[in-house]
Amino acid sequence: MLLKSKHLLGIEELTFEEINLILDTANSFKEVLTRPIKKVPALRGKTIVNLFFEPSTRTRTSFELAAKRLSADVVNISPSTSSVVKGESLSDTVKNMEAMNIDIIIVRHSTPGAPHLIARTVQSSVINAGDGAHEHPTQALLDLFTIREKKGKIKNLNVAIIGDIAHSRVARSNIWGLTKMGAKVTLVAPPTLIPKGVEKLEVKISYSIEEVIKNADVIMLLRIQRERQKKNLFPSVREYAHFFGLDRERLEKAPENVIIMHPGPLNRGVEISDEVADSVCSVILEQVSNGLAVRMAVLYLLAGAGRKL
Amino acid sequence: MKLLIKNGKVIDPANHIKGIVMDVLVQNGKIKNLAKKIEDKEAEVVDATDKIVVPGLIDMHTHLREPGREDEETIKTGTQAAAAGGFTSIACMANTDPVIDNQSIVKFVLAKAKKEGIVNVFPVGGVTKGLKGEELTEIGELWEAGVVALSDDGEPIVHAQVMRRALEYSKMFKLPIITHCEDKNLSNEGVMNEGLVSTILGLKGIPREAEEVMVARDIILTQMAEGNLHIAHVSTAGALKLIKEAKKKGIKITCEVTPHHFTLTEEEVESFDTNTKMNPPLRSAVDLKAIKQGLKEGIIDIIATDHAPHSFEEKNVEYDYAPFGIVGLETAFPLVFTNLVKTGVLSLEEAIAKMTIKPASIIGVDKGTLTKGKEADITIIDPNKEWTVDVNKFFSKSKNSPYHNRKLKGKVVATIVKGKIVYRD
Repeated sequence: MLLKSKHLLGIEELTFEEINLILDTANSFKEVLTRPIKKVPALRGKTIVNLFFEPSTRTRTSFELAAKRLSADVVNISPSTSSVVKGESLSDTVKNMEAMNIDIIIVRHSTPGAPHLIARTVQSSVINAGDGAHEHPTQALLDLFTIREKKGKIKNLNVAIIGDIAHSRVARSNIWGLTKMGAKVTLVAPPTLIPKGVEKLEVKISYSIEEVIKNADVIMLLRIQRERQKKNLFPSVREYAHFFGLDRERLEKAPENVIIMHPGPLNRGVEISDEVADSVCSVILEQVSNGLAVRMAVLYLLAGAGRKL
Repeated sequence: MKLLIKNGKVIDPANHIKGIVMDVLVQNGKIKNLAKKIEDKEAEVVDATDKIVVPGLIDMHTHLREPGREDEETIKTGTQAAAAGGFTSIACMANTDPVIDNQSIVKFVLAKAKKEGIVNVFPVGGVTKGLKGEELTEIGELWEAGVVALSDDGEPIVHAQVMRRALEYSKMFKLPIITHCEDKNLSNEGVMNEGLVSTILGLKGIPREAEEVMVARDIILTQMAEGNLHIAHVSTAGALKLIKEAKKKGIKITCEVTPHHFTLTEEEVESFDTNTKMNPPLRSAVDLKAIKQGLKEGIIDIIATDHAPHSFEEKNVEYDYAPFGIVGLETAFPLVFTNLVKTGVLSLEEAIAKMTIKPASIIGVDKGTLTKGKEADITIIDPNKEWTVDVNKFFSKSKNSPYHNRKLKGKVVATIVKGKIVYRD
């Protein structure tokens, strides 16, 4: 089976079967990562560009390693060291890459729709590594993989997503992914950080972490950006942490087998306390390991797997 | 410690008691019993024959000037004035100096009130830091410290986005936002209502639209945010119309009027007496009529005083330079009785409801009723007493009232807070 599209721009357009295909494929690649020689020739001869307009630790390294483990050639481009600083448009930038026969462009951008613009402009496959507040599909896929691995299933699990939902691409991709896979999602945040209309996406909303935590199988925490304080979305980081931060006291009210997730980077002491981040319930670092396997799966399915580019 | 209030006509709107002669027994600070004839040899008897016995009145809009302007009023003197006016609970506004915009000031006010206040004091926290209208206060922490509502009163919240976020955020804590509706660009340094009178007097006017524009805005934002809005000191017919329509749509808003807005009009300013200067200003006869109608129809939920003490030196200057505001705790109920009840605009029960159970429910306090088991906050009124207002007899430190020498009917003769008599005429 193949993915329907040659791009991965979001979770919204994926089917239940496609998500399962990616997760199952990631499973086999996870095994590769335990070998002494962590390489397979699946993408030998293919060229992949990481075009990252926003800072990234995990995602970029993860994509680069995933590509290399599949034996592809990787080039990293960041705007500050490219002609983008001379005013070259996104469109021209990617046309130039196409002229060099790039197979896959992985793009992270601060505005929604940038990957879609690229997909319209060139023949290469495009992977969205995060476009503004819109989507971050590989993050949601690795989150689903992690949940499935730890809990044995995703369907009917109570998943609480806590944090700045309004500005989060991770939240949006996960809302699509989790609801497609049958999980019961509750968003927890102050009213100012819940985006308008989101309740129509089959999620519940709560303003109280206490209310939700006692039944949560999975708690997904999102980073709070301090700059949002200036926009009056919350009065202070202290107040946010006081009412919504997950600390040990709150964690004790959760069911025993709860897993704590976070896409990173962590704001220790704000949305998550040190104790919780480093506790046995935390699967945060496993998410990162799984991210590598999931991205290998995505690259393989888009460029390997018999698909002719 | 027992108190037995005998033979008074009890009016308790919350419990649908509309004027039955009953005895009320108070024990250990709580209401023990209400019945036709109670005997208790240990109780101190208060003879309420021919008097009216009501739940202690509640004022949702008082300015105590402590901290910062203790020369104008302190928590001690302000609560004494409240008690003299029959108020057993007051919500005090945040525009003190420093402003009640953080939990330490809330705790200060509560501690002072516990030590020196003689009625219940419920602090209102600022919506924005310093009441500057820019950054939200730590609303959750203010709530934990004990505020019952949020308000930048004194000032409007100029930026719509700030008001929107405030309405959204405060929802979590079920705190109402009390809004002072005034578009400062339109009010433009005015000192009285804009109209023929201001033209004749040559004073700069505050147009009605300055209030109405912001009432409209805040209603729309409340609908958008699904928040909780209370409109302070409504003064124009146009504002009432907007509020009426909003309520029809089911938008969660409440509103208040002050006694001066249903007893005085802009003509009073002709004397240039600065005790006629307040914000929003005294309006026209048309507005006054609309307010009375609004009270009658129930569009206006409560009556509040906007008690605003000012020192004599500050008020005793040219009209343009005087600060806005008048005191009101000690004249509120008699004005309500004389000008609304006696004239048939409201029944006594309706008037009492608007000063007891209704404000209690807006600020979410368990007060405003004579229910058995609740704290005994009780006010006893002589409905037949005719008297003349003498500001020099006011308990308030400030005497800035336009009602000096006015003849009124109805007077508070005793005020009881938590079972203790704190005022006796």
